[in-house]
Order: sequence, then structure tokens, then C-alpha cells
Amino acid sequence: MYQSTITIKLRTSILDVQGKAVELGIHTLGMKEVQHIRIGKSIEMTIDVSSEDEAKRITEESCKKLLANPVMEDFSYTIQKV
Amino acid sequence: MISKIKFGVVVFPGSNCDHDAYHVAKHVMGHEAEFLWHKETDLRNSDVIVLPGGFSYGDYLRTGAIARFSPIMNEVVNFADNGGVVIGICNGFQILCEAGLLPGVLLRNRSLLFSCKRVHLRVEHINSRFTGECTTGDVLRIPIAHGEGNYFAEADVLQSIEDNQQVLFRYCDGSGNITDEANPNGSINNIAGIMNKNGNVMGMMPHPERACEPELGSTDGRKVFESIIHNVVLQTA
Repeated sequence: MYQSTITIKLRTSILDVQGKAVELGIHTLGMKEVQHIRIGKSIEMTIDVSSEDEAKRITEESCKKLLANPVMEDFSYTIQKV
Repeated sequence: MISKIKFGVVVFPGSNCDHDAYHVAKHVMGHEAEFLWHKETDLRNSDVIVLPGGFSYGDYLRTGAIARFSPIMNEVVNFADNGGVVIGICNGFQILCEAGLLPGVLLRNRSLLFSCKRVHLRVEHINSRFTGECTTGDVLRIPIAHGEGNYFAEADVLQSIEDNQQVLFRYCDGSGNITDEANPNGSINNIAGIMNKNGNVMGMMPHPERACEPELGSTDGRKVFESIIHNVVLQTA
């Protein structure tokens, strides 16, 4: 059994308006050093397979077919045996 | 020649403009209309498929992302691939993009706010099944109501959409000028509505079904329905 933790973010070429708004809020709190906030999603799932390669394949397929929209989002993931 | 055409209005869990579309097709335009539950696999001889506005599946994951896996969507894709006329309004437009029937994607509004107001749309050309009853440059007054209507496509895709004259409606001011001030959500090139390359699938963020009766402040949305009806009647004549 493996657990994947997937991070999905807007592609860097796309303006993240939500990130910009949050950045403004952080600056208002006085933390002017904070820059380039990007907001995304974190998705965890367990996959009942016996090999890490199979867990990777399923994670990538689910990202490409549903969890991320490649027109606007990039995804990355980590996999851990559980 | 047939006298009435049939609109099939797909109902997803979370659709909330389905009744408006049904009402306009049946009671305002005087044609036939039927609701098609998303779990059905039969379009029941519909001549036009409407994917209505709303919040299908609560907009979970991304707007329209889950709705495209509803059983009826396989039939809608087959119908579209065979030249059938499909119109997606608001959430319906988002579903059509997610399903790959239209290019691009709808991002969060640049204001981050849900925007509900009347806007002006310029009709870019009338050589389509959806604008045939307009005149080029017509300015339509139609409401929007969305939080994710910021149309985006990669530069090469955008170029091909523009080159193929797939843009049907752009946000404009009352005189038809395409300005940034008139752009309610940050859509690239002020795009409010596009069709596919084959010209049989159209998506638009504004709601023409909410602008078909004088009581609602505008009847400009009728031109979209009249165009579709006129086109389908001609094709099946």
C-alpha cells in the first residue's frame, strides 16, 4: 500500500489572482518580505498496489485525466510506502 | 419542413438554470423541450442539447471537472462529434471546456468576486449557427453571474481560435468598443463566447436565457435562440 501526496498549482504562466490577494493581506500584516505567493491544492490518496512504480503510474494517470487540468495547472507528487 | 425542434436540457446535480433554459425553449420560443437527467444515456431525439448554468457537483475540484464524467456526457460528445448542435451556458461552458469539446479553460475572475450584472456583448460575426439572426457588430445586453468566467487559452490555441473566427461574443461597452473596463472577469481578448472549429458547439459565460422577456429587462438573448432554431429548422427541412 502506498500513499501519494499530490500538489496542484496554477501554471506559472498564469496569474494567480488568489495568491496576489493573499500576498496583499500578508503585506498589510507587515511582512513585506513575503513574495510570489501561489495557492494550490493538496490531495492525498492511498493506493492498494504492491510496487512503487504502479503507485506512480496510477497517481500520474489520475492527475492527467482528472485531478489537474493541463491547460491551467501543473502537478507534482511524492509517494510513500504505508 | 418541421415546425418545432426539440431542446434537450441536461440536468446535473447542482444545475440551477435548467428551468430557465427549458422555459425559454418551450414557452418563449414555442418549441419543444425536455429535461435529460445526467444519468441517462439517451438524448431522446433532441435536436439541440443545452448544458445549463449552475454549480454541477458543487464545483468540486474545478468547475465542470466532475460533470464531464456523467453518463450522459458520452452521448453528448457522440452527438457533437456527429455534428449535433450543443450550447453550454456559464457552467455549461465550463463543462464543455473540461470535456475537451471547446478549447481553453475558465479561471477565477480577476477580481476574485462572484460577478452578477448585465454586460454588453459584441457579436463578432454572423456566420455561425448561433448568431445568424444577429448583425455583425450588434451589441447585446445580457447578464452574467459567475465566479469563474475568466477565459484563458495558451497563445497558440488563442491564435487559432481567432484565426478560425471561433470567437462569437466579446465583452464591450454600450457602444461596442472592446475595452478593459468593459471586461468583467479578465477574459483574454475580452472573450465571452466561442464555438468549436466545426461550428456546432458553442459556449458562453453570459446567460441569454435570462434575457428573453421584457420583464427581465432585455430580450437580446432571444437572438441566440432564434439563430439556433432557424439554423436547425433549415438543416432538417
